[in-house]
Amino acid sequence: MSPKDNFVLPDLPENPSRRGFFKSGATAVTLTLAPGITVMAFGGTPASAAGADAGKRWGLLIDVNKCAKDCTACVTACKDENGWEGHGDPEQNSQWIRKVTMRNKSTGHETQMPVMCQHCEEPPCVDVCPTGASFKRVDGIVLVDKHTCIGCRYCMMACPFKARSFVHEPVNNQKPHAPRGQGTVESCTLCVHRVDEGRIPACVEACDTAGHGAMIFGDLNDPTSDISKALASYPSVALRPDLDLNPGVRYANL
Amino acid sequence: MKRLLTLVSLLFAVLAQPASAQDGGWLYGPTLPEATGDPHPEGNDYMRKYHMELMKHDRDMTLRDGDREIEASLKECFDCHTVKDERTGAPVTYEDERHFCRTCHDYVAVKVDCFMCHRSTPEGFEEPSPLHARLLDLSTQSELAKVENYIASLETSSDQ
Repeated sequence: MSPKDNFVLPDLPENPSRRGFFKSGATAVTLTLAPGITVMAFGGTPASAAGADAGKRWGLLIDVNKCAKDCTACVTACKDENGWEGHGDPEQNSQWIRKVTMRNKSTGHETQMPVMCQHCEEPPCVDVCPTGASFKRVDGIVLVDKHTCIGCRYCMMACPFKARSFVHEPVNNQKPHAPRGQGTVESCTLCVHRVDEGRIPACVEACDTAGHGAMIFGDLNDPTSDISKALASYPSVALRPDLDLNPGVRYANL
Repeated sequence: MKRLLTLVSLLFAVLAQPASAQDGGWLYGPTLPEATGDPHPEGNDYMRKYHMELMKHDRDMTLRDGDREIEASLKECFDCHTVKDERTGAPVTYEDERHFCRTCHDYVAVKVDCFMCHRSTPEGFEEPSPLHARLLDLSTQSELAKVENYIASLETSSDQ
């Protein structure tokens, strides 16, 4: 035995109970002061409220009428933000978000809309995952934990929206906030790194910048949020409502 | 016999040197690249043994609970532990055996999977394609010379 093994190990610098205290404190604030304060918490205070808030349910409302034909600002913004631009076989490249065109066969009318992970309340991808890698955060964002993903692709089979992609090729030069690698499944994260900072997803920002304003992001649990008001004032649908998945992404004028 | 005993005791005397003889470095083992920034308050011995525990702990909290006030992350490692190529001045990726993580992990033959998904250089640096790096590393002189020799041999054979 060498003297190297004898040094005294200090405690882990991280004290989990301290974080637990902060987290429960943040939740209490939201509960007692809601709904007046939650608006401010969403708009103004970034990062400081540590972690996902169980009192929130993040969602998107996409107004299909406002979605401009041949505009791909949201897709481009997502690629840039999360770095999933593919360089290989187009049939195998990842698609976190895609523009889908629907054509009414009898009238010939065409509708375009972006489709991404619908962040279901009852996600089939989470149900089928054999390792627990596919999971839903307490605030409703559905993610893949690539540390435990074995790339079996059951979730891709289970997803009715074809929202998930498998990474076939070796990857490097990833964004620090969006790690992705060969042999794992990935999908829209609702820009979770931005949401945790109090910002809105890149696609929503790009749609606003492009002047269309077809996407609204916000807390579905907060009746005073823009998205809740919009949902209350005009009709909207979930994709595949027959499946009863209660997605966080809703479509208006579809 | 006496000579053998002396030899053995000498050997023990050498091996029993405290590891901290070189100010936190190893007597035997890989040569670690210089780091920038303040030293770890926990000490190098602690970090050597527990860096993965720290990162594992915080990665789960970040990913699963959305806690962004993390204290240990790969991204932060590269703030101080980045090896730069002497010629180009660019940070080396995990493909390069001079990479900070590889100096130790190659030595102890422990495979690191982190960089299958995470970038191995600081944010902002454009990492070259992993495929190209694996095929041919033209940043080293010997590799370049090999290619030039090969082309030269082709030219001489076509002249004949």
